[in-house]
Amino acid sequence: MTRYDKLLYFIRLHHTGLTVCAFSALLLLYPLVQDNPYTLGLSNLVAIHVIIVLGLNLFIGYTGQISLGHAAFFGLGAYGTAIGTVTFELAPWPTLVGVAALVALVALIIGIPTLRLSGHYLAMATLGCNSVVHTVMLQWDEVTGGSSGFAGIPPLAIGAFAFDDEVRFHYLVWTIALISLLLCLNLVRSGVGRGLAAVAGDETAAEALGVNTRRSKINVFVLSAVLASVAGSLFAHCYSYVSPDSFNIFVSTDLVIMVVVGGMGSIWGSLFGATFITLLPEWIDIFDAYKDLVHGGVLVLVLMFLPQGFVTGLVDLIKTRSALRRSRHATS
Amino acid sequence: MYTTSDFFQFVVAGITTGAIYALIALGFSVVHNTMGIVNFVQVDFVSLGGMLMFSALLALGLPMIPGLLLAVAGVAMLAMLVERFGLRPSRSDNELVLIFLTIGLSIIIRGAMKLIWGTNRMALPPLSGNQPIHIFGAAVLPQALWIMALTLLAIVVLSWFFYRTPLGLAMRAVASNPTAAAVVGIAAGRIRLTSYAIAGALGGLAGVLVTPITTLSYDVGVLLGLKGFAAAILGGFGSFPGAILGGVILGLLESLSAGYLSSGYKDVVAFIVLLLVLFVRPKGLLGK
Repeated sequence: MTRYDKLLYFIRLHHTGLTVCAFSALLLLYPLVQDNPYTLGLSNLVAIHVIIVLGLNLFIGYTGQISLGHAAFFGLGAYGTAIGTVTFELAPWPTLVGVAALVALVALIIGIPTLRLSGHYLAMATLGCNSVVHTVMLQWDEVTGGSSGFAGIPPLAIGAFAFDDEVRFHYLVWTIALISLLLCLNLVRSGVGRGLAAVAGDETAAEALGVNTRRSKINVFVLSAVLASVAGSLFAHCYSYVSPDSFNIFVSTDLVIMVVVGGMGSIWGSLFGATFITLLPEWIDIFDAYKDLVHGGVLVLVLMFLPQGFVTGLVDLIKTRSALRRSRHATS
Repeated sequence: MYTTSDFFQFVVAGITTGAIYALIALGFSVVHNTMGIVNFVQVDFVSLGGMLMFSALLALGLPMIPGLLLAVAGVAMLAMLVERFGLRPSRSDNELVLIFLTIGLSIIIRGAMKLIWGTNRMALPPLSGNQPIHIFGAAVLPQALWIMALTLLAIVVLSWFFYRTPLGLAMRAVASNPTAAAVVGIAAGRIRLTSYAIAGALGGLAGVLVTPITTLSYDVGVLLGLKGFAAAILGGFGSFPGAILGGVILGLLESLSAGYLSSGYKDVVAFIVLLLVLFVRPKGLLGK
């Protein structure tokens, strides 16, 4: 083996880790190149969406379940943080963790009966939960501020160092996004992750092979809810303001669009889907009037022509092409 | 402080909205039975029915009944287009892909309605008069009577169609066993197209009937449609008597909880009861 071969082998063996390292380095240097607060604000929003979509993709893409209600957990996280830090004047970090734990409990309580259901029933149950959470945020105005929202949430801080501008928040939110990314990348290659993929493939077969399908569905549901809750807390600290409209069912469908566009069951795809859908409004000037048409159009086109998502779909296409070329090469 | 006439008033209101939910739920069930999917476009059929009625009355100057027929036929046509050019080209049998596809199509139609009719709330005149009729101390709007009567008519026509016409029988055959239906030579494409047309007509009718009460806007169908979906699930998804029963129960629950508890939380009450029913009996009340 020459040194060059060894290097190639090393890259092949560690390509996931190397990509993560390269990606982290890129993010580390990004604020040095880009100092426009608006653009940084956008990339921070992308990171928040990435955290939710990673979890949601585990649930929808890997486990093959439907959730049309993840904005509810996102909103519970955001409102939990808002109420905890402002109304009860608790410290932000313990609140973030506490709220995530509470949301996990809520997800568990909802998940145990709901995840017995499948397909349409699950879609209805998650939609219903989202609708209930949204209505409570709107109606319980002495606690949540009602439709005018909840303002004055303090920024997160470590000691005296507050993450109060876009650059500082960039490092915080992308660190958490990268941790979630690593968590998901490792999870799907563990025994648990393979079990989840088996549930998506065929539930009966998975059961026969000894996967506890019910428990693994509940676990991944709770995990995705916790990620959404953490993203919600970050969202609240980032904008220092939350309102019920950021957490309605249309947000849930946008999250689903991110998962589908990125590719159901593709972790790196989640990154792409969240980025693409979050930045789409910025690329099209007259977007406001056409937002729905573009969002719906993207979703429909991807589902029709690349049902496995943009990233996975294109990778598959290239793989097939190169395999075809190789076989043609071999026969000629 | 509540009297029996109050109670009667709530019941009438509940049955009225329940009838609307039942129409929408029937639309969901028809498509579910032939294609095995949740058709989220149903939600927009409702808004579209109201919108077309609005244009037929004000832009074309048609009288009520021709306007209603035109609006319902228009929605049915569009529903067939959605099936033919929106769903059929995907050629996927993955449930997840198809459900998300209907969500995408629904977002597109909603966007198009927003462009055509704008985002303002509009008022649609009721079918006949605004003078309430007093029955047992409850004031009943003529529109509420129209809703109940036309819903009953729609149910009768639908049962006649499903039990007495060859196409209806073919659709029931597909619903009960798609493979066997294919073996005896029932064309799947025509069945799917018909089921969408029926779903569109039912949704459009619901929209035409309910928007004089609720006010009309491009997204009025979303919440109504979701309640209709909830009603279908409550009664047992795919069961026609279940859809009607689910609709009426949901409507009654809502209006009674709005009357006796709090109008702000009436949506919450409906969904919580639905979730409880699902937890106890996941197949719905009349589901198989």
